Amino acid sequence: MSLYSQKVMEHFRNPRNMGEIPDADGVGTVGNPVCGDMMSVYVKVKGDIIEDVKFKTFGCGAAIATSSMITELAKGKTITEALKITRSDIVQGLGGLPPIKLHCSVLAVDGLSEAIYDYYKRGNLSVPKELEERHEKTRREFEHIEKRYEEFLKLEKELM
Amino acid sequence: MDYQAAMPVDERVIRAMEPYMLTSFGNPSSLHSQGQEAREAVEDSRLKVARLTGGAKAEEIIFTSGGTESNNLALKGVAARNMKRGNHIVTTTIEHISVVNVSKYLEKQGFQVSRVPVDHYGSVDLDRLRAEVREKTTLVSVMYANGEIGTIEPIRQIGEICEEKGVPLHVDAVAAAGRVPIDVRKENIDLLSLSSNDMYGPKGVGALYVAQGVRLMPLLHGGGQERGLRSGSENVPGIVGIGKAAELAQAEMADEAKRLTRLRERLIRGVLERVPSSFLNGHPTLRLPNNANLRFSYVEGESLLLSLDMEGIAASSGSACTSKTLEPSHVLTAIGLAHEEAHGSLLFSLGKSNTENDVGYVLEVLPGIVKRLRMISPLTPKEMLA
Repeated sequence: MSLYSQKVMEHFRNPRNMGEIPDADGVGTVGNPVCGDMMSVYVKVKGDIIEDVKFKTFGCGAAIATSSMITELAKGKTITEALKITRSDIVQGLGGLPPIKLHCSVLAVDGLSEAIYDYYKRGNLSVPKELEERHEKTRREFEHIEKRYEEFLKLEKELM
Repeated sequence: MDYQAAMPVDERVIRAMEPYMLTSFGNPSSLHSQGQEAREAVEDSRLKVARLTGGAKAEEIIFTSGGTESNNLALKGVAARNMKRGNHIVTTTIEHISVVNVSKYLEKQGFQVSRVPVDHYGSVDLDRLRAEVREKTTLVSVMYANGEIGTIEPIRQIGEICEEKGVPLHVDAVAAAGRVPIDVRKENIDLLSLSSNDMYGPKGVGALYVAQGVRLMPLLHGGGQERGLRSGSENVPGIVGIGKAAELAQAEMADEAKRLTRLRERLIRGVLERVPSSFLNGHPTLRLPNNANLRFSYVEGESLLLSLDMEGIAASSGSACTSKTLEPSHVLTAIGLAHEEAHGSLLFSLGKSNTENDVGYVLEVLPGIVKRLRMISPLTPKEMLA
């Protein structure tokens, strides 16, 4: 299938860091199976370094490849560095994504920042303001995702 | 195994069409002998297509540009022509997109449309259908079989209801024609849509059977070809192609249906036995010989398709991720599947080239593919992976 770049297919075929971390320091879950994709990210933190990171994803080829890519980018980085990974880093790292699949890169970025947020919360550490805001935004979206999904469907129906 | 999406043209069809592009290229409306040769070929095709529909007369067949135009002509044509008598149409929740969107268009034009639900096998609810047909109903439109989930509808009973109520019945037989026998007389069908490229014919040609006495408003006005119902110079090579395809389908349908049903059953049973938490979508027995639509919990359809493609197997999916919209197939949601279930559906549509070996190969690789994706999925229960 030429829908995806070779790099995407390579990550889909051999996902990096796939699995769970049983004694993870933080776990973030984003997305919703109703909409077709859902991702869980696990982090193990030592000092302020992300020593290990793993993922599990339900979704299309792009969702699995972007999950794999963000774990590769985040592993070994400091928390501050990891939080600076953007969706365009992921898209570029994968040699591009079809426009309709760009939202998968957002899911991956959100998944990682949620896992880091969970790490702060579990350790009773004070959460940086920016991360707190990102968390609030992601949570709000998660809560509204079904509602938003319904709205999308309604909009689609109206436009058809 | 994606014959539902596209099929090759049968070589015998191409050979039949060739002369009508190279030598006998006349216009059937011309009086000279070249034109008359083309006219004879068109009329010969009309007869062949009529035979495929059971008891239709040749003059009851109108050639169109394909299934979509046939469905448009049937629905819009009957609705517009009978406006004084009524403004209500009955259809179902699992129709092809070319019926779905025509009925939405008609609603915008002020017509009323009732959409009869189906059960979890995709069979139309006959009591509901009977209850929906009312005084102002001018047409009932139900597909013969659903190409996506394979279910064959109880058309004979629907025909009886329509005859009793005195309302014409349109049947979209694009997915069924050439695969299962149809008889427009015995089944009380008044309009029937057919498409050439769903029976190994060329793309861009279809037909609509219009029973004598059924009145339609044409979509295209012009030179009055096709009994005034479809103006425009005839697509002679295409029409010869659909005629030859219909003739071959009729001659070979019984044997091919038997062969494909055997392959289909081996595929369905094999997958259900080998893959835990896998399910069949559609009716277990009243289904198209070539259709196996399967559903796998905890995984998503597009990643299944990609994985199969990597192993050299072409299939299709009801997942939103493989289409241009966010919504999973309306057919899968109409049979009561939750969106997350619809996302995990996979359609194998078999055809001429498929063999026992192909089915064996799918059965060999598919369980491993599902297992791998379930290992990646956070939804898979732990005990399934152990």
